[in-house]
Amino acid sequence: MDVDGTSERMAAYLRDHHDKVVGRWSELVVAGVRGRTSREEVRRELEDLYTLVVRVLSGADDHAAGELTAALDELSRGRARDGFTPSETALGVFSLKEAVYELVADSAELVPEYLALTRMVDDLGLRTFETYSVTREQIISDQATAMLELSTPVVRLWDGIIAVPLVGTLDSARTQLVMEKLLDTLVATGADHAVIDITGVPTVDTEVAQHLLKTVSAARLLGAECTISGIRPQVAQTIVSLGIEFGDIATKATLADALALALRQAGLKVVPA
Amino acid sequence: MERVPILKIGEILFVSIQIDLQDDTVIRLQEDLADELGATGAHGVLIDITAVEIVDSFIGRMLTTIGSISRLFDAETVLVGMRPAVAITLTELGLSLGGVRTALNAEKGLELLNGKS
Amino acid sequence: MDELPIQSGDDVVRVRQFVRNAAADNGLSLVDQTKLVTAASELARNTLVHGRGGAARVETVKSANGRVGIKLYFTDEGPGIPDIGLALTDGWTTGTGLGLGLSGARRLVDEFELTSKPGAGTSVVVVKWSR
Repeated sequence: MDVDGTSERMAAYLRDHHDKVVGRWSELVVAGVRGRTSREEVRRELEDLYTLVVRVLSGADDHAAGELTAALDELSRGRARDGFTPSETALGVFSLKEAVYELVADSAELVPEYLALTRMVDDLGLRTFETYSVTREQIISDQATAMLELSTPVVRLWDGIIAVPLVGTLDSARTQLVMEKLLDTLVATGADHAVIDITGVPTVDTEVAQHLLKTVSAARLLGAECTISGIRPQVAQTIVSLGIEFGDIATKATLADALALALRQAGLKVVPA
Repeated sequence: MERVPILKIGEILFVSIQIDLQDDTVIRLQEDLADELGATGAHGVLIDITAVEIVDSFIGRMLTTIGSISRLFDAETVLVGMRPAVAITLTELGLSLGGVRTALNAEKGLELLNGKS
Repeated sequence: MDELPIQSGDDVVRVRQFVRNAAADNGLSLVDQTKLVTAASELARNTLVHGRGGAARVETVKSANGRVGIKLYFTDEGPGIPDIGLALTDGWTTGTGLGLGLSGARRLVDEFELTSKPGAGTSVVVVKWSR
């Protein structure tokens, strides 16, 4: 941002025509907003930005640039969360140029000053695009976490026997969550047997097997015994061909078989009424 | 240096770790337990780590060593009350507490030890 | 950034508690706190026992996309590590990894950087991010 006489003159001009420019800028932005933000809200946001733009152009203090980007990022994040497209936000910023142009169009001597302003506003508008991406990514990541939470239930099958039906891929993030929920449930219910059902896990490769082994190890540290159920025929073949060893962990074809095993180990028997 | 107290309840030596373990305290506990096992002929050792927030490699090795020492005295060791966060961390570390059985709490730990004798 | 001396067993305990508080204050989950403090315990002990004493520094950091993290620095002027590859092998559980606990600590954190030269001390820098 080169601060020679040009920018300072632009800053002075903007200061002198504050109300007119902000007013016109507001109008343009409100038109684009289409009622999703109130007129007063828009005016307030733009007033803040305008003051910061003027400060940056006048080169008055070092903090102004930092404050301007912070304010712009805040605005951009808010718009992204409210469902505005990045273009809409950027256009709102760009319309400052239009508002100023309408006033300077007749005075040829302000051309270099106006150019300085447009360069600056273009940078600001582009910046809002970047902030938009970052914000959307954060939202997606938050939603993914929420979905992960919802798809990892731990259920009580019987006194002392709990089950974790896994549905979907078992990656390291999921494994962490499964371990946490499983162990917390062991503590809360005092269970000593956990059945991990993998019927809903599409592929079991070496990585998935490692994750399962880790989960079983963790549960054993809390004194619980584990059975892995839901071994489908194709999965069994893959496991053997990959040379994966489940060691002393019991594995069963179905959840029902695993429950029967757990009941036997608990010294219980199911008899007709 | 703080010392972890060892209680004898019947044939079981009961240790409840309530403090932030310094290496010296850990070594002292190992020695004290060996002494007690020799002196009392206890059949079991129950170590309650419900209050322990961190088990690192040093503490983990102590627990395994205690297990080995107990076995030499024909006693069994059970570790109870491990916190979920600690269990998950230990699993990530790849630490296996070989030779030490685990139970969810002191009650279940005692069941294990008494089942043995 | 806070600096903590590591010259005794008490200091190692103090480092654990400090790191625990820093992690909790910055919103790391309980499991992540435990992992970080356990790693810090390993590294602090290393600094004390193998590095013959040194210091730890704790810093709060921010990633490009706004996540908060805890950065730990462990430095000593000890004899250094002659074979870094060996030190980082998974041998410590059976006691054959030179008892350094470094490989374990590495698994518990998100970023791990080890610099060491025989005779010129050791420096380990680790980072754990909040989710």
